[in-house]
Amino acid sequence: MSEFKRKSTDGEIEISQPDFTGMVTLRADLANSETIINIERIIGLKLPEKRKLIGDLSHGMAWMSPDELLVFCADPAAMAAQLNAGLSGAFLVADVSHARAVFLLQGDGVREVLAKGAPVDLSPEVFLPDDFRRTRMGQVAVAFWMSGQSPDSFGLICFASVQEFMFDWLVTASKKGSLPHYL
Amino acid sequence: MLLLTCPYCGVTAEETEFHGGGEAHIKRFAGGSDDAEFTGYLFEKKNPRGVVFERWRHVYGCGKWFHAARCSATLEIFGTYSAQTVKPSEAVISVIQARRPDWQVKP
Amino acid sequence: MSHRIKKSGILIDRTKPKNFTFNGKKFRGFQGDTLASALLANGQVLMGRSFKYHRPRGVVASGAEEPNALMNMGQGARFEPNQRATTTELFDGLVARSQNHWPSLEFDIGAINNRLPKFFPAGFYYKTFMYPRWAWKHLFEPIIRKSAGLGTAPQQPDADRYEYFYAYVDVLIIGGGSAGLTAAIEAGKTGAKVLLVEQTPHLGGRAPVDGFGIDAQLNTLKNMKNVIIRTRTMGAGVYDHGYALAYERITDHAPNSDQPRHRLWRIRAKRIVTATGAIERTLNFSGNDIPGVMLASAVRDYVSLWGVSPGKSTVIVTNNDDAYRTAITLFNSGQTVAAILDARPMGGGALANQARDLGIRILNGKAIKKVTGHKTVASVVICDQSDETSDTETIICDCVAMSGGWSPVVHLWSHCGGKLNWDAKNAMFSPDPNRPPTGHDGQGFVISAGAAAGALGHDAGIQNAVSAGRQAAVEAGFSASKTIASIAASTPESPMLAVWSMPQNASYALRLKTWLDFQNDVKVSDVQLAAREGYESVEHTKRYTTLGMATDQGKLSNINGLAVLADSLNAEIPAVGTTTFRPPYTPISIGSIAGEARGALFKPTRKSPIDAWQDANHAVWEPVADWRRPYAYRQSGETTQQAVTREINATRNSLGLLDASTLGKILVKGPDAGNFLDLVYTNMMSTLKQGRCRYGLMCNENGFLFDDGVVVRTGEQEFLCHTTSGGSDRVHAWMEEWLQTEWWDLQVFTANITEQFAQIAVVGPNARKVLEKLGGLDVSNETLPFMGYTEGRLAGIWARPYRISFSGELSFEIAMPANQGQEMWDKLLEAGAEFNITPYGTEALHVMRAEKGFIMIGDETDGTVIPQDLNLGWAVSKKKTDFLGKRAQQRSHMVDPNRKQLVGLYTLNPDYVLPDCAHAVENGKIIGHVSSSYFSPTLNCSIAMALITGGAGRMGKVLDFVIDGKTVQAKVVDPVFYDKEGARQNV
Repeated sequence: MSEFKRKSTDGEIEISQPDFTGMVTLRADLANSETIINIERIIGLKLPEKRKLIGDLSHGMAWMSPDELLVFCADPAAMAAQLNAGLSGAFLVADVSHARAVFLLQGDGVREVLAKGAPVDLSPEVFLPDDFRRTRMGQVAVAFWMSGQSPDSFGLICFASVQEFMFDWLVTASKKGSLPHYL
Repeated sequence: MLLLTCPYCGVTAEETEFHGGGEAHIKRFAGGSDDAEFTGYLFEKKNPRGVVFERWRHVYGCGKWFHAARCSATLEIFGTYSAQTVKPSEAVISVIQARRPDWQVKP
Repeated sequence: MSHRIKKSGILIDRTKPKNFTFNGKKFRGFQGDTLASALLANGQVLMGRSFKYHRPRGVVASGAEEPNALMNMGQGARFEPNQRATTTELFDGLVARSQNHWPSLEFDIGAINNRLPKFFPAGFYYKTFMYPRWAWKHLFEPIIRKSAGLGTAPQQPDADRYEYFYAYVDVLIIGGGSAGLTAAIEAGKTGAKVLLVEQTPHLGGRAPVDGFGIDAQLNTLKNMKNVIIRTRTMGAGVYDHGYALAYERITDHAPNSDQPRHRLWRIRAKRIVTATGAIERTLNFSGNDIPGVMLASAVRDYVSLWGVSPGKSTVIVTNNDDAYRTAITLFNSGQTVAAILDARPMGGGALANQARDLGIRILNGKAIKKVTGHKTVASVVICDQSDETSDTETIICDCVAMSGGWSPVVHLWSHCGGKLNWDAKNAMFSPDPNRPPTGHDGQGFVISAGAAAGALGHDAGIQNAVSAGRQAAVEAGFSASKTIASIAASTPESPMLAVWSMPQNASYALRLKTWLDFQNDVKVSDVQLAAREGYESVEHTKRYTTLGMATDQGKLSNINGLAVLADSLNAEIPAVGTTTFRPPYTPISIGSIAGEARGALFKPTRKSPIDAWQDANHAVWEPVADWRRPYAYRQSGETTQQAVTREINATRNSLGLLDASTLGKILVKGPDAGNFLDLVYTNMMSTLKQGRCRYGLMCNENGFLFDDGVVVRTGEQEFLCHTTSGGSDRVHAWMEEWLQTEWWDLQVFTANITEQFAQIAVVGPNARKVLEKLGGLDVSNETLPFMGYTEGRLAGIWARPYRISFSGELSFEIAMPANQGQEMWDKLLEAGAEFNITPYGTEALHVMRAEKGFIMIGDETDGTVIPQDLNLGWAVSKKKTDFLGKRAQQRSHMVDPNRKQLVGLYTLNPDYVLPDCAHAVENGKIIGHVSSSYFSPTLNCSIAMALITGGAGRMGKVLDFVIDGKTVQAKVVDPVFYDKEGARQNV
């Protein structure tokens, strides 16, 4: 298997799609203190704040809604099993690694490429490290986040069935010479 | 194009992230209801000029339904609040009363 | 004749010549020219023909308001009609053609219309083309179509690319003239994030023309990191809650660049300052449309900005002081000013004195009676403004510079509901600051500045803009200094005089040649006729006369038109009111509106995990909701219909393979999951045993069926609900809606896991054999009976085969992780080779399900059909007290035995396939329609399903279907055509 499903390096930013990212959807009442303790114990990370990502793609959690997290991990089957075993009460765990596509976006112009499709204020003073935003990119439902480590590095997820479209869209939006140089 | 604030994820976003769901606080009539009650539930919507209570979903966001109090004439937003309620919140009622002194809470 | 002046021209660089062609003729201009200035520099005054009368027309204005100089621009895939020469920057290789004439600009046969103006008054088309009725289609419409429109339509797909950009600012300033720059500085000083957009390539607006420098302002702005300026970017529209569109023309002046051509900025601002300036008005005199008659401000712009004089000898006609600036500018550039005609009896103020001191002839109280000339101005005949019959004088000239006063550009203020006041002193509408458009918080969010606010004159405009800029920033949450130094106007001006007709009581003959709307050829006499015919509302008059309805939206004509209408109705102008201002301010390209969404990016296509294989194996694609699915796999030499037949026969006789990955899959889990599904399905789902599947129906609250699918109980508290391919998002949203807004006490969570799995249906008598060959799972009828499922490793891949059938054959629908779908597909093809395994598409699927009488959502349902209509009453629980749709299904009309009901049909001619939706007719009434129809290879005859009034009672009857006027007969039969006992699937 190749490291990347898709990759583009000749535009204003580098776009790559890792071959596999383990992802597990967890739905539960995230205001319940027992649930919080269990999740933090099983994942080994603090619960992310509202609209934040904690950790990274190999080991992390993103806040999706008041009762939904997206867990990033290396082995989603094992993660799902641990969550199923370790949580109690009403909850739902589902491996969604195959249902979603992940894109890594790197370069000075990342914010501007995203701002061509998302109705979100991406200016550096507003969109901050580890911010995780669910929105749309053109006509596609997405979530994107800014890496805590590097200001030019973003991640984006969308549904797997539209990954080709999303990749083509990102390549078009980041063609050489097409940045507005505004942000 | 409206700006709405989702009370669940806290995002203030443009209308394209949301989906409107019509009049809010409608009591559902189902099995055992008479024809008049059921017809009222299904078909009779108020649609006044002025203060309206609506359902919206943050469809391109956290996915949550919420309520919004809005002026249908000026498009002013008085507030947004939880979907898990059968009537407008006290907080939003007081905002409406402050901005629309003539407005009356109708049953 | 117009010509280039030796000196002057702030915007042009005479060291950089640019070559271009106009109507095939080669011309040369300079860097910085517009197409209009370059044409004038070359003596080309005639630039087009008018819309209705094909009158010769020249450029009137110097900017976005230009009504006449519209061009067919570019060639081939970069061709675009109706481009204004005044806003087109000159570049090397520009190709422009004039419009609206045949065979040529100089000689136009259509100009015959001009000889018959009495035949084309307002409402001409409405009145003329009524009778005889047949003539519209066969005579009038073809002729009108041929002569209608301005430019020609492009013949090739657009070669350029376009995009959107979302921007968020505290203060958006629209307009980069001195007022906009001033407001930007003031707002910028507070620390607010400011974006200023200017439609032209240069800043300063008209200030440099009148000698007001902007260098100091630009220097201040250069040091403000929080203020961003974008030129070539027009504020196109202002919308609710601080939303604005700006239209950036990136490569119109450099068409071979690799950049996007246009960028549509989607801006959300806390406050918007409209510093959009003012537009000069025309004067209403006879012959005011003859090439060479121009706005006085435009004449001044051409001289000062581009070093071009529109004429050798110019007559200036005005009702205000500002036009004297044009006279002075012309004089100082060495041009001849033949006379200044000032309609005001007492004439002008300080500026008039300056002109008089230069020795320019000034005639007070005088008017232009008429302009003579055809393709260019020859002379003007003057008279007293108060009396047409007064002594006249003819002045030879080739240019007329007119000024009817100024109108603030209130468009962007008004787009979102800002109200206007009538300013009688200046005879103009200006924004009422007390009635601005209001935003999400109920507060005004647009502030107008400078001339756009009605503060005419440079100094007044600056003073107004200082306060506007500060107000915008303060309202956006910043703090600004409160003291504003008062600036006294440097050149006090005499009051203008409202002149709506020149001379005051112009005769009908003069009014017939007095143009209001140049682009749509609307004359004073047309508006007066409309008033006489009873049109009192300005909106009706506009539509009847087409005043202001052309691509310039009446930027020059609206106020004059209102004034003429008001006068005709004996009403005051504010009582008549204005028409509605609608975005965009000037036309924007369709490409920019589409943005990235064109070609392959027009709309997202959802693709299955096995899509690439299908594409490589000759799939004939069919869109199914947002998915693309193979309709059939066409082998070489086959027609699509032959492929479908082959696929069906192979499946029924041995083994078929269907990619069913697109089916929706929604996980429902929680202590109340069973109770919840009892509410959303018509069936009882809580009684479903673990490991079993059940076909379920979903209805809306109206009782109508909207989705169906197989529900699988995967755990004590866990169900997997399959939906239609198009229904997954809708059904998931439906479940969430009820859980969040009505039954929030239920402890249930849902997740749409549609795309986590690939799903492959292995179908046919040899289905079990091929799975056994793959190995790893016991798929015997004992272990895995019909409507059961199992899971484990199949050929080494985790898989979950469901024993469900949509074809009536022995069938396993196997789910596996999506990324392994292709691998499983390949293994099945390999193992199934000995059974002639045949991938089949959606059409074979449809035919086989119809042979079995299975319904398809969207074919047998259309939003008015309840399950009982489809003989699916068995799937509607009678025990449950509530489910969505139950109460509605008890309404009187829903239990009417004469509702349309599903039946099968055999056409009496077994080879004839009824068209979908064919109507069944009885005694001249429609009694139903065909919902699905196919040729069945299995039965070797045509079959159909239909919804027929009282269908259940018509078994064996023959119905008439009227197809293209002919009657086709079909017999009503049971809709299950094949294997009614289900013996084939239950083995």
